[in-house]
Amino acid sequence: MSEIENLPVTMTVNGKKVQRFVEPRTLLIHFLREELNITGPHIGCETSHCGACTVELNGMSVKSCTLFAAQADGAELNTVESMANADGTLSALQEGFRQMHGLQCGFCTPGMIMRAHVLLKENPSPTEDEIRAGISGNLCRCTGYQNIVKAIQYAAAKLNGETFQEAAE
Amino acid sequence: MNDMTPTREQREAALEGMGCKRKRVEDIRFTQGKGKYVDDIKLPGMLHGDFVRSPYAHAKVTKIDATEALKLPGVIAVLTAEDLKGVNLAWMPTLAGDVQMVLADGKVLYQNQEVAFVVAEDRYIADDAVQLVEVEYEELPVLVDPFKSLDPDAPVLRPDLDGKMEGAHGPRKHHNHIFNWSVGEEEATDKAFAEADVTVKEMISYHRTHPSPLETCQCLASMDKVTGQLTVYGTFQAPHVVRTVASLLSTIPEHKIHVIAPDVGGGFGNKVGVYPGYVCAIVASIVTGLPVKWVEDRMENLSTTSFARDYHMTTEIAAKKDGTVTALKVHVLGDHGGFDACADPSKWPAGFFNIVTGSYDFPVAHLSVDGVYTNKAPGGVAYRCSFRVTEAAYCIERGMDVLAQKLGMDPADLRLKNFIQPEQFPYNSALGWEYDSGDYPTAMHKAMDAIDYRGLREEQKAKQEAFKRGETREIMGIGVSFFTEIVGAGPSKNCDILGVAMFDSAEIRIHPTGSVISRMGTKSQGQGHETTWAQIIATEIGIPASDITVEEGDTDTAPYGLGTYGSRSTPVAGAAIALAARKIRNKAQMIAAHMLEVSEYDLDWDVDGFQVKGNPERRKSMKEIAWAAYHAPPAGIEPGLEAVSYYDPPNMTYPFGAYFCVMDIDVDTGVAKTRRFYALDDCGTRINPMIIEGQVHGGLTEAFAIAMGQEISYDAMGNVQGASFMDFFLPTAVETPHWETDFTVTPSPHHPIGAKGVGESPNVGGVPAFSNAVNDAFGFLGATHIQMPHDAWRLWKVAKDLGAHG
Repeated sequence: MSEIENLPVTMTVNGKKVQRFVEPRTLLIHFLREELNITGPHIGCETSHCGACTVELNGMSVKSCTLFAAQADGAELNTVESMANADGTLSALQEGFRQMHGLQCGFCTPGMIMRAHVLLKENPSPTEDEIRAGISGNLCRCTGYQNIVKAIQYAAAKLNGETFQEAAE
Repeated sequence: MNDMTPTREQREAALEGMGCKRKRVEDIRFTQGKGKYVDDIKLPGMLHGDFVRSPYAHAKVTKIDATEALKLPGVIAVLTAEDLKGVNLAWMPTLAGDVQMVLADGKVLYQNQEVAFVVAEDRYIADDAVQLVEVEYEELPVLVDPFKSLDPDAPVLRPDLDGKMEGAHGPRKHHNHIFNWSVGEEEATDKAFAEADVTVKEMISYHRTHPSPLETCQCLASMDKVTGQLTVYGTFQAPHVVRTVASLLSTIPEHKIHVIAPDVGGGFGNKVGVYPGYVCAIVASIVTGLPVKWVEDRMENLSTTSFARDYHMTTEIAAKKDGTVTALKVHVLGDHGGFDACADPSKWPAGFFNIVTGSYDFPVAHLSVDGVYTNKAPGGVAYRCSFRVTEAAYCIERGMDVLAQKLGMDPADLRLKNFIQPEQFPYNSALGWEYDSGDYPTAMHKAMDAIDYRGLREEQKAKQEAFKRGETREIMGIGVSFFTEIVGAGPSKNCDILGVAMFDSAEIRIHPTGSVISRMGTKSQGQGHETTWAQIIATEIGIPASDITVEEGDTDTAPYGLGTYGSRSTPVAGAAIALAARKIRNKAQMIAAHMLEVSEYDLDWDVDGFQVKGNPERRKSMKEIAWAAYHAPPAGIEPGLEAVSYYDPPNMTYPFGAYFCVMDIDVDTGVAKTRRFYALDDCGTRINPMIIEGQVHGGLTEAFAIAMGQEISYDAMGNVQGASFMDFFLPTAVETPHWETDFTVTPSPHHPIGAKGVGESPNVGGVPAFSNAVNDAFGFLGATHIQMPHDAWRLWKVAKDLGAHG
């Protein structure tokens, strides 16, 4: 291996400015998990198929397993750790996942919530089909997605000041 | 009572006990990214391990040279089989009575087999070093097709077994033969076939697939050389068994081994077994004196740590003209890969496949299973099913449809005609099981009414006519599946793992203020035990579930149990929890009697405390009793309030269900669309209907994946195809159908709370429902049996071969 100089990176992660030197090949997910001890984002495939590592990067959903930390230099980055309300209570999305039983083992959940968070910014009142298409980059092995769809509908209603009404089975 | 006194109903509701859709306590941490999974754990000085793997499926390993790898800064060690021989760990025993190489000992038997273990300061350096280890191979002829494994001139895969013609399960008849397992009455079955009006025979394959939980297998081993204490964090579905196995393998005394399964990101059977990565991480930690972490990547997971199914089932049914079945005969060829590492109870080489008579009253049956070696990864785990029960359910449910087609009978009517009737329970099956309870006709009729089964058949008929007239290119299939599962392994009389009986356990400790800590021998991987176990305790001892902490997975604190797989947690540990709670309630009754100055026989239990018979105003709540147990225990009664229970189930439990799948298939593209999927489950007493429904959704999604495309296949050279999420089908939210769930309740008569278990039913019953829908759609074009998986390419080809493309 030839010696390659480490690169300086600066980013704002969950509202906090961080500065580090990283190997150019360091993946963003490893930077978050190993360097910053932010372990909410998970690694499920390392090939950007499963979405367990999804974070919000400059307002976009990004799979942090296939992005170098150096590519996120200067970015605003949010992980699931930043999602709870300021008073520590669960946000509308987090509450939706809990109320609608939108998670089981919890491994996909941080990525799923981060994707849903950006999805609802892109489209505050999505239809069921739009939700299903919107989260199709995130795999879940436990829930069969039906309750995840409801969780996002619950959050959308709550954020829009409406009452969530579960569709009849 | 004044208005402020809560009513009985209010007190009951406050408990959030059994039957309540209690929201999960786990979700508070999981939704905030605060779950703690193995890879989230870091220890000071921690090293990382990674494997050098074989590119060949069958080859001699002639040389391993780690010189260059060891020169790389940050590389600490490279372990090979030669190093492991020093600690007698180059090979390890499997759960199935075979032995398995931990690291390649002179040869490799499947692609990606573990050859050397690199230990380095971080995972990037470990990966670099893997590329620098030079291995020389000498290729050997590859055996991929299990049907050729027993040919006289088939390659010898296991020279280590040379001359050993007696395996763990009886005689071996060929160098690639593992076992033959025969059950039932062969002669009587043959006689019934000779006398039958109608017989059918079909080779029904259940292809190789993989459980693929989103979190791969991983562990972190830490040997403290000063105290001699080994700590192992791991993705373990059965942590206590791992501790025992680790002790037996390493000769470290069991009390010096501390196994912790923290949060586990799905298991589905993948995390039952012991894999080379665990052994190597432990050895590396012993050698270096530092903590060593091993984290599998996805490709390693799909191609090495376990597979599921790969059963090839020649199925024959004999029947009378009116459809009454008279005999069942099944021969299975089981492809076990390079080592027999099936995760079954030790005495069951083909698991509980002899549940294959299903929900039907077969007077006689015979089953024979042959296990064989091939150049594929070892495993044979129960992927979200009780041991080989999914294969059995698929075999009989597909077989019944084949018979219905031959008889020209409706498949639902054929099932109704042959059901074991409610009054026949407990029912002794022709292959040796005692079914505990069931009401199949009620469930079937409820399901048929719910989906308007007869109406769908009318619609299908009209569509078939329209297809023949050339008015549509779409065909419609209705998949019927009525499965009976056998779960809750299991009674010590017939179930053990490496000699340890398959009981389970619970310990409940009431604190002075009336809150509770409880620990079990099981380990949740998403099933929500922290929520549901507390509900059982809440109902049994009248303390709100919100005041009850549930802990699992730490072998230093939890009582010994056999873990969570095969839908055994509720049937076995669920019973232990109820019985431990009842011990506490019995002691509480004595304390309450003392407090109220009456005989304990003069007390009645009432929701959350004891009251004096005929004088309900005089009562003591469990909270008051708990305080008394610590504050002023009555003379002659030990202070404190806690209990432990080890439960050895008297029988298995037998959940069942009626599933219907309505599917439309475009014959020109092969694309199948599930229009409707209805699942009625009977899992006995329902502890948390929300969680049951969630389990059914998840299991059905896995069934959908398996039936419609998910597969681990190999090319002729033994190269594993599809070992990444690019090729291995995991459905997204877009493809996944909408699920309709329903239920009936037939409690288990022998279980303390009547519960039977549900987690795996949807996988077991779902696969035949999907596959039967596909077969049903193509039946009128002349198909009798179409092998899974039913992906669009294969269905397009089926349509073409049947002449549907003109």
